[in-house]
Amino acid sequence: MEEINALFHGFSVALSPFNLMLMFIGVILGVIIGVLPGLGGANGIAILLPLTFTMPPTSAIIMLSCIYWGALFGGAITSILFNIPGEPWSVATTFDGYPMAQQGRAGEALTAAFTSSFIGAFVAVVMITFLAPLIAKFALKFGSPEFFSVYFLTFCSFIGMGKGSPWKTLAAMMFGFALASVGMDSMTGQQRLNFGSMELVRGFDFLIAVIGLFGIGEILISMEEGLSFSGSSARIDPKVVIATWKKLPKYWMTSLRSCLVGCWMGITPGGATPASFMSYGLAKRMSRDGEKFGTGQVEGVIAPETAAHAAGTSALLPMLSLGIPGSPTAAVLLGGLLIWGLQPGPLLFVEKKDFVWGLIASMYLGNIAGLIIVLTCVPLFAAILRIPFSIIAPVIIVICVIGAYTVHSAIFEVWLMLAFGVIGYVFKKLDYPMAPMVLALVLGKGAEDSFRNAIKGSQGDFSVFFANGLVGSIMTLGLVMLLWPLVNKLRGKA
Amino acid sequence: MKCILRVVLQAAVVFSITGQMVSAAAWEPTKPVEFVIPAGTGGGADQMARLIQGIVAKHNLMKQSLIPVNKSAGAGAEGFLAVKDAKGDPHKIIITLSNLFTTPLAQGTPFSWRDMTPVSMLALDQFVLWVNAETPYKTAKEYVEAAKKAGPNKMKMGGTGSKQEDQILTVSLEKATGTKFNYLPLKGGGDVAVQLVGKHIDSTVNNPIEAIAQWRAGTLRPLCVFDDTRMPYKTKITATMSWYDIPTCSEAGVPTDYVMLRGIFMPPGVAQDQVNFYVDLFKKVRETPEWKKFMEDGAFNQTSMSGKEYAAWVEKNENLHRELMKEAGFLAKPKP
Repeated sequence: MEEINALFHGFSVALSPFNLMLMFIGVILGVIIGVLPGLGGANGIAILLPLTFTMPPTSAIIMLSCIYWGALFGGAITSILFNIPGEPWSVATTFDGYPMAQQGRAGEALTAAFTSSFIGAFVAVVMITFLAPLIAKFALKFGSPEFFSVYFLTFCSFIGMGKGSPWKTLAAMMFGFALASVGMDSMTGQQRLNFGSMELVRGFDFLIAVIGLFGIGEILISMEEGLSFSGSSARIDPKVVIATWKKLPKYWMTSLRSCLVGCWMGITPGGATPASFMSYGLAKRMSRDGEKFGTGQVEGVIAPETAAHAAGTSALLPMLSLGIPGSPTAAVLLGGLLIWGLQPGPLLFVEKKDFVWGLIASMYLGNIAGLIIVLTCVPLFAAILRIPFSIIAPVIIVICVIGAYTVHSAIFEVWLMLAFGVIGYVFKKLDYPMAPMVLALVLGKGAEDSFRNAIKGSQGDFSVFFANGLVGSIMTLGLVMLLWPLVNKLRGKA
Repeated sequence: MKCILRVVLQAAVVFSITGQMVSAAAWEPTKPVEFVIPAGTGGGADQMARLIQGIVAKHNLMKQSLIPVNKSAGAGAEGFLAVKDAKGDPHKIIITLSNLFTTPLAQGTPFSWRDMTPVSMLALDQFVLWVNAETPYKTAKEYVEAAKKAGPNKMKMGGTGSKQEDQILTVSLEKATGTKFNYLPLKGGGDVAVQLVGKHIDSTVNNPIEAIAQWRAGTLRPLCVFDDTRMPYKTKITATMSWYDIPTCSEAGVPTDYVMLRGIFMPPGVAQDQVNFYVDLFKKVRETPEWKKFMEDGAFNQTSMSGKEYAAWVEKNENLHRELMKEAGFLAKPKP
């Protein structure tokens, strides 16, 4: 029970009034960063990093990690209210969260999202507390073939989700892959598919696409439907939090599964975004109400949010114990550690006990602080929907434009975002699903790199994907997922 | 209108001349300075730039603030082109890494360091040949012999990026030893080190700071440093070794050296007193304890220079890159 003692020591470090104050400031800043699409946790922390150089390292990391928690919470708000994901990992939250808001259940969706985020993070923190050394060793087993197998599994667990034509799903996914391949070929370092344009070398940033597809696309649709904003009937009821909580225990199985998916993806380090997609795909397949997903199911909010937070939190573990960041935000935090003179790696847990356990304790406290802050604001957030569309729409467009600009500080990206808005509108009109496209766009590059590295490493031998038990079983699991709908169909016919 | 403009300009010229005579600090930034990083967040250049921002703010070295901006597209081409295009703008500086040379050479991007104004060299980044500590190779020579024996492309060399410093260094190592490695471009330096710990690759040419944690934990072994002298840091890192105890690669029988520039450039067409301001600023930065600690932690080569000496060094280094990349077939083909 050495960990328990260490943890309590950590609490005593984190609970100083100064650190508590930083914690609350961090969470609030984080929520704001999460709400603004484009700014993002990584950029937000990078901007604020130098401000913390004058603080003691423990206080600094507490504040920065609280910004991280806040951003994780905040990402869900705009996804649910306006169909604009503030962060990549909250894209899957829009699938059911936004329909809920349209039905006047924004408060319920927000409460479910925040609560599941908290549960996901909490489970991950407990895991970090007790299993850190064990898990760190597991992460070492991941080479390029293993990474590819994880991507493969994510794609496969998402296939067959769409209610519409499977060909449309496939077409949308291939379009996403095509977009993902624009920019740089990371294996040869050559520019590709940019038609000589310096602007296109940057590639299609996932956030730009998402802001356009979801945010602008949605506004175009609403305009066509006569400027009504269907969420306007939302009642402001402070009791919505309690009412939702009563319903949540029913979905314990989804929560548990999502926690596992999230923790695993955070450690490996697949990251929060694939975790949220994979978890949503699994929930849809395994839930009894799977058919109704996408029409405003609470489970469809719980699954991605729980997994995203579990992954976001456990992503900090490989960073601390191995020095590899599990997410872009973790990469920036890693830079911070080095600047404060801390060396992330296997010895950090031994040499800087105060720091490590202070940070872990602040994960517990920061998440509780975050939950309190966001839950008290639920009625306030939900009330935003009562503002008439003619006022809120221009505000949303302004936020989208600022968000698109912030991603690369380039005006070209704003035009790109608007173009994606039109694509989003066309997709909706022609009933093409956007989720597979977004998934392919966000994970396409990573899948390509790991696949090509694996093949280059094995000198063209495809058996590398079944070379050991780990990669073999993940690949097999992926194939099973891929063929499942087919098997089901055949069984139904027989 | 033109008349007024001329008067103003003349006044400005007179003022700046007299100003120079009065004091050395003739010019200083009048608005926040954009600090371009031609690489992504979290990498080596990014860390250094953000450390500098922190040092400048903490020690009040400049009245205006320094704002780092990542412009990483096209292997940094985005950042360099932005500086090239900002002719005469003294409120923009850029930190460089080896892509100052490799990006125009490999991609044919229309810029070279001559399109910018050299300010000063901050430090040189070192490269070390690492293997997993559980392998039997104790010296670089032993490892190279093993690679020769295994046959071409059998030993996997992990590195960051493609046709950039890690791969160029691999090529020059191949040239010096007559072996052939299977180079795998991975995501980042920390990632590369961990892949080596997990034995997914056979060796790396990580910078000291990227692999120090694993070395201290006893999972990686340094074989040699790619520089003409040993690293000067004698503080023990592991129980028995300091950075100084790592032999140079020439000593170890594989004569290869390569260092990476960490330097500052400005847009073209800026005035000398504006350059002088930044030369002086970075001199002050290098004297702070935070910088010194960062240098020691990362086992940097602390050579620094400015002015003509710096430009001459950059030119020499550019030729070296061109030669190595030509030999490896990495040069961009001329556009038809």
